[in-house]
Amino acid sequence: MRLELVPRATVSPAARLLAPIGALILSFALGGIIVALMGRSPLTALDIYVLQPLSDPWALQELVVKATPLVLIAVGLSFCFRASLWNIGAEGQYVVGAICGSALALATHGTEAGAWVLPAMLGLGILGGALWGLVPAFLRVRFGVSEILTSLMLVYVAELMLDYLVRGPWRDPKGFNFPQSVGFDTAATLPILGDGGRLHVGVLFALAAAAVAWVVMTRTLFGYRLRVTGDAPRAARFAGFDERRTALAVFAISGGLAGLAGIVEVSGQIGQLKPSISPGYGFTAITVAFLGRLHPLGILFAGLVMALTFIGGEAAQISLRLPFDLTKAFQGILLFCVLAADALVSYRIRLVRRGVLAGRAPA
Amino acid sequence: MIEMVPREGDRAAAAPPPLVSLRGITKRFGTLTANDHVDLDIHPGEIHALLGENGAGKSTLVKILYGLLEPSDGAILWQGEPVALQGPQQARALGIGMVFQHFSLFENLTVAENVAVAMPGDLPIAAITERIAAVGEEYGLVLDPGRFVWTLSAGERQRIEIVRCLLQNPRLLVLDEPTSVLTPQEAERLFVTLEKLAADGCAILYISHRLEEVRRLCRTATILRAGKVVATIDPRSVRAREIAALMVGVEIGEVKAVPGHAMGPERLVVKGLSLPPEEPHGQSLREVALGVRGGEVLGIAGVAGNGQGELFAALSGERLAAAADAVRIDGTAVGLLDVTSRRRLGAAFVPEERLGHGAVPDHRLGENALLSRHGTGGLVARGFILADAARKLAFRIVDTFDVRKEGPDPRARTLSGGNLQKFVVGREILREPAVLVVNQPTWGVDAGAATVIRQALVDLAARGSAVIVISQDLDELFEVADRIAVIHAGQVSEPRPTRELTREAVGLLMTGALDESALKAAEEAGVVHAS
Ligand SMILES: Nc1ncnc2c1ncn2[C@@H]1O[C@H](COP(=O)(O)OP(=O)(O)OP(=O)(O)O)[C@@H](O)[C@H]1O
Ligand SMILES: [Mg+2]
Repeated sequence: MRLELVPRATVSPAARLLAPIGALILSFALGGIIVALMGRSPLTALDIYVLQPLSDPWALQELVVKATPLVLIAVGLSFCFRASLWNIGAEGQYVVGAICGSALALATHGTEAGAWVLPAMLGLGILGGALWGLVPAFLRVRFGVSEILTSLMLVYVAELMLDYLVRGPWRDPKGFNFPQSVGFDTAATLPILGDGGRLHVGVLFALAAAAVAWVVMTRTLFGYRLRVTGDAPRAARFAGFDERRTALAVFAISGGLAGLAGIVEVSGQIGQLKPSISPGYGFTAITVAFLGRLHPLGILFAGLVMALTFIGGEAAQISLRLPFDLTKAFQGILLFCVLAADALVSYRIRLVRRGVLAGRAPA
Repeated sequence: MIEMVPREGDRAAAAPPPLVSLRGITKRFGTLTANDHVDLDIHPGEIHALLGENGAGKSTLVKILYGLLEPSDGAILWQGEPVALQGPQQARALGIGMVFQHFSLFENLTVAENVAVAMPGDLPIAAITERIAAVGEEYGLVLDPGRFVWTLSAGERQRIEIVRCLLQNPRLLVLDEPTSVLTPQEAERLFVTLEKLAADGCAILYISHRLEEVRRLCRTATILRAGKVVATIDPRSVRAREIAALMVGVEIGEVKAVPGHAMGPERLVVKGLSLPPEEPHGQSLREVALGVRGGEVLGIAGVAGNGQGELFAALSGERLAAAADAVRIDGTAVGLLDVTSRRRLGAAFVPEERLGHGAVPDHRLGENALLSRHGTGGLVARGFILADAARKLAFRIVDTFDVRKEGPDPRARTLSGGNLQKFVVGREILREPAVLVVNQPTWGVDAGAATVIRQALVDLAARGSAVIVISQDLDELFEVADRIAVIHAGQVSEPRPTRELTREAVGLLMTGALDESALKAAEEAGVVHAS
């Protein structure tokens, strides 16, 4: 006996839209089972993971703050994924963006440098992330190396580089030997929106990125180019869309946005460089991009959902003493369910018993 | 309605029950009724033709029979028993094999792997390779099991589909336009195969736009028009023109030459064009030299897989030549320019495969109008798509070339094969290109529409364009081309005026049985006659 995937004759558009929601429900159910197996009440977990963050104004702001890097990165990734190019290394581009932007913050630390510092930091973040992203793209177009592998491996290079910097040259001399840089000056810190809240200007960047991406994807020749490349590579060649240039462009875009997310997070949230500046945003954003159907609006929504798992995960760590790894496992389950739901929209599963002819169903 | 022609007496006497009967099959797509109460009986050992113009509903009907589409109404009886097909697996389990009009192959797998995925059970690749060789040997379907599908021409891809079915010993074999990409010799071999299969008791349902081969092969033909059965006839007792008239509802004209138009200067010149194969088994182009004048249609005949795809890629700029002056358009050296730049110089191209190459299957016609026209003005302003203009262009193509479709702007995938072909060809011809290169212009197009497309090519040339038609269909080339060259093993022979050539001579050149000088000698010796 074995299972077979059989293409469906007709795919209903409604099913396509509802699939991610079904995937959400299923992954919550699976998460509940795991929590129960770990000896906690799934209902309490649901309360702490989902309901409490959603009913607490402070946590709601936190939700938006956490969703910001996820949305920025996922919007960038949607460009890659639309063109069927697989950037798995946004986490590394995020780290390099943070490093490049922070270099300026640290270089101007304690000086009178004015308002130009922040925009320049953001620019450097984008540039650093884009260049880091271009490495796998270049290896792919020049030598035919799989971009999936190289982009992923460069994550570890970036993380070790950050580790070295904050333990070595960039360590705060007055920091009691903690591996961290000095705190950024005000000139190098993203302003807060409104008074005393948690939301920083980076939130607007995420909204702007989604809006621009929406226009680019649906209205411009470049967006069309990506859709053709993803849907029919041979037709893209016929249209004169050079595959190599497309690859370089989308990796630069997604790397740049990941780099922006990195510097936004460091300058708006953390305020200094540390060995760990991300709970895995670059990887979670892959799930966000797919959960959001590679559509900017969907990505905004999916970013909030995944941010919720981070916040709920932290809360559960404290009040239920559930390990944070559970959150990561849950995110994995979610991605798995989203992809499975996608597959099941276009295919159905059939059980094949070997040696027996498929029966004739009476009409 | 035409009267039913009774099946021949001797067969009627033995009259085995039908292997499969369709009863009142109806299929609606939105407001369009693609099949309208179709009744059809197919008997064991019978080769049954299904005829009809583009969009008549032939492919839809056989997809229902194969379990790919669910009928809106009606029943399928298999040996008298009603069956509700849940999918192709079930159809295959019953013994139905299908060769599709559009191939369903995995580009990134090899020939053997593509066969393996369709086989029940888990045969090792080595065993499958052996069986491919055996079946290929028996039926003359030559295939290299180790090659990747994406490197193969349409003709070779089709062979995979056919071999794949034959390996499963089907009881009913459905072929949707199997010969449209075969050479006459290849087609002849296929007919022998089919007749052998039929003699062994396999029923065959045969869709084709080529009436001559239907008359050669089939004793019963069911004719569809606009989804309805309009006649069931014995094709051998009715003249081809009358059958065609039944299909379309009107008589079909012939391509008319445009008399007395002047030949201009050479607009497309190819010199010393060599191209290494893109992958180990591919065909390389060797020192191709051609010149096409304004006002002229140059035909390039050849058996699939002899470098047609490579020649098309090199002429269009999908692949760049080694030197700029290997290809010239109106005097400009374009060998190193990409497709879009060549289009801006007035060139236009129609590739062989319409789904996935000439059009994006899941995109709407409006977006597909952009595919080859985004760089030549009017559809894009400062990087933004003018969606309305693109849709208007699509509508203009649809109107001019009578493309039949469902809904105002459907996805390319939902068009019938011939109708999408009209769209893809029309998109380029409407541009009034200086140079047009088309690969297999009327593949899968019904007789009426083929005439329309061929006439459009001839007229385009008469207005001063240089036209290259790459085709396997010799009848087509003799109908439209002023001169004909032959491509074989990546080499293109010296073009010669059509009126000096015979089909036999070109056919021999195509198979490489004869080279240029031998042809001359043979002509002089009177073996081959120049007409
Ligand atoms: N999935 C679909 N959705 C909507 N309309 C469809 C779909 N599939 C087919 N049609 C329509 O049904 C009609 C019949 O199409 P079909 O492919 O059966 O024609 P055909 O007889 O095979 O033509 P051809 O000779 O050109 O291949 C066409 O008008 C086509 O546009
Ligand atoms: Mg068809």
